[in-house]
Amino acid sequence: MAEGKSLPADLSDRGVTAQIAGAVLHPPGSGWAWLAVLGASGLLVAMLLVSIFWLFFKGVGVWGINIPVNWGIAISNTVWWIGIGHAGTFISAVLLVTGQHWRNSLNRFAEAMTLLAATCAAMYPVLHLGRPFYFYWVIPYPNVMHVWPQFRSPLEWDMFAFFTYLTVSLIFWYVGMIPDMAALRDTATGRRRQVVYGLMALGWRGSAAHWARWRRAYVIVAAIAVPLVVSVHSGVALLFAVGPIPGWHSTIFPPYFVLGAVFSGFAVVVMLAIVLRAVFGFRDLITDRHMDLLGQWLLATGLMTSYGYVMDAFTAWYSAEPFERGTLLDRVAGPYALSYWSAVVLNFVPLQLLWLPRLRRTMPVMFAVALAVTLGMWFERYMLVESALSRDFLPSSWGPYVPSLWEWMLFFGLVGFFLFAFTLFVRFLPAVPIAEVKEVLHEEREE
Amino acid sequence: MPRPLPLYGLMAEFDTPDQLLAAVKQARADGYRRLDAYTPMPVSGMGEALGTNTTPVAWAALAGGVFGGGGGLFMEWYANVVSYPLNIGGRPEAAWPAFVLPAFELTVLGATIFAALAMLALNRLPRLNHPVFEAPRFSAAEVDRFFLCIEAADPHFRPERTRAFLEACGAVSVSEVPG
Repeated sequence: MAEGKSLPADLSDRGVTAQIAGAVLHPPGSGWAWLAVLGASGLLVAMLLVSIFWLFFKGVGVWGINIPVNWGIAISNTVWWIGIGHAGTFISAVLLVTGQHWRNSLNRFAEAMTLLAATCAAMYPVLHLGRPFYFYWVIPYPNVMHVWPQFRSPLEWDMFAFFTYLTVSLIFWYVGMIPDMAALRDTATGRRRQVVYGLMALGWRGSAAHWARWRRAYVIVAAIAVPLVVSVHSGVALLFAVGPIPGWHSTIFPPYFVLGAVFSGFAVVVMLAIVLRAVFGFRDLITDRHMDLLGQWLLATGLMTSYGYVMDAFTAWYSAEPFERGTLLDRVAGPYALSYWSAVVLNFVPLQLLWLPRLRRTMPVMFAVALAVTLGMWFERYMLVESALSRDFLPSSWGPYVPSLWEWMLFFGLVGFFLFAFTLFVRFLPAVPIAEVKEVLHEEREE
Repeated sequence: MPRPLPLYGLMAEFDTPDQLLAAVKQARADGYRRLDAYTPMPVSGMGEALGTNTTPVAWAALAGGVFGGGGGLFMEWYANVVSYPLNIGGRPEAAWPAFVLPAFELTVLGATIFAALAMLALNRLPRLNHPVFEAPRFSAAEVDRFFLCIEAADPHFRPERTRAFLEACGAVSVSEVPG
């Protein structure tokens, strides 16, 4: 790493453990702030449950979806949530395989973010079914009806993609956490914590032979998680690209969606990192250099996403196909102009601030840019999904789409679920990997 | 007179990973085979110095990938071509391009599960109790101390000579681990 060290030189092994385990075992400040966040997000979770209950009780008609637009924000939010998840795997896996050691301070909470965002995403494909109680019919199993799911539909592919993604993320996250559970077990003072963390650590004792096999398994899973990230979001993109709808049927969608996913995910990682630094005082662990590198990644993936915007518009125009051009016009100057230009402005205008190294290390600026990108990517998904459906081939089948209150409640309920679970995570599990940060510390000391 | 406790081995504590790595290499050169190092973080080169073979983990991942991917592809073909063929959208019954994505996901799933389980099984985990946990100050092995344990089961093990060897390697302290 020629460009500098990511951790301060005076940080000690004991200091790393004390900071990270201390955040769990002796949380800073009074518990009131934590309880307030938990309570507020808990209320949103209650709202989520109410909206799910009403949806199951009355049917999907309580949503604003109609016959031209039968995929509402349920589907665009699925894309948005699963996209956010991808940066977690990207940081954990891609940066591990490419030997970027600065990832070690970020990967744990980024993986937790992945797991929670993917959980939120995975709820929608079941909730938006007209008969959600038959969702298990998309899972292939030998049954007395002798019917199988048909494997030609991207919706079926996505069942495999989501299930695999959730399982692999969970395994990767847990395997990475086993040594840290052992560290918590050995630093905890209360009996109950020793038992709980001891059970989760599976008896890890830091044996060199164990470390060697752990490392091998960890790198193997990371290496196969790299194509997994690409395939999962490409699978999501194929929900649209495989269909004949103008504005959807585009070969650029898989890479365009994957880049947008990593872009939005990095934005959420930036926001979470800033909050963790502020709340737990992790400034020695998540340093300004980490924020600088995150800012560079955000800028790089953002510029690649903007290239996707340009090419998407260019191919629509270049195709000389009236319906493709019509959808493009709807987006740029028609009924969906608000979401199109919101996406363009929020995603790419504040982003340009990140060209300046000084601003990448200014936390309010980073947070504002990341928030803008998160919202902008939401508008992008909304624009891509809804604009194509509301006006396609037959003008007699054109119709508007206005999300109903129940859809918004469900969406904000899921945001609450994410915050609720993440609040629990930072309180009870190490938000930064203990062993891997020490590994970087020793490597940097030797240089 | 009470019988002496059975001995699991001798545990030496080191200040730095470099000292530990040097001690491991020296012990292996001296003919010790039943020994293990305990560190708070992965130390590069330590597994090789101890002669740990990690290849089975990779083979397990490969086997899981082949099982998941091959099994997935077979399942899709069997379901759509043999068990209940249907004309869906005029597409061929054996729609190989469409079969790729689920088969790929199952490859990843199989490889991950097999790799993780192989890692745990080869490490003999979960195992919540182990004699080394009884060594004094061993809980620091998860914080900032580096340990080397030479087991009494090693044919080369002699209590006095091994203790002298560990002290000569620069150990801060050497203690007995009851078996």
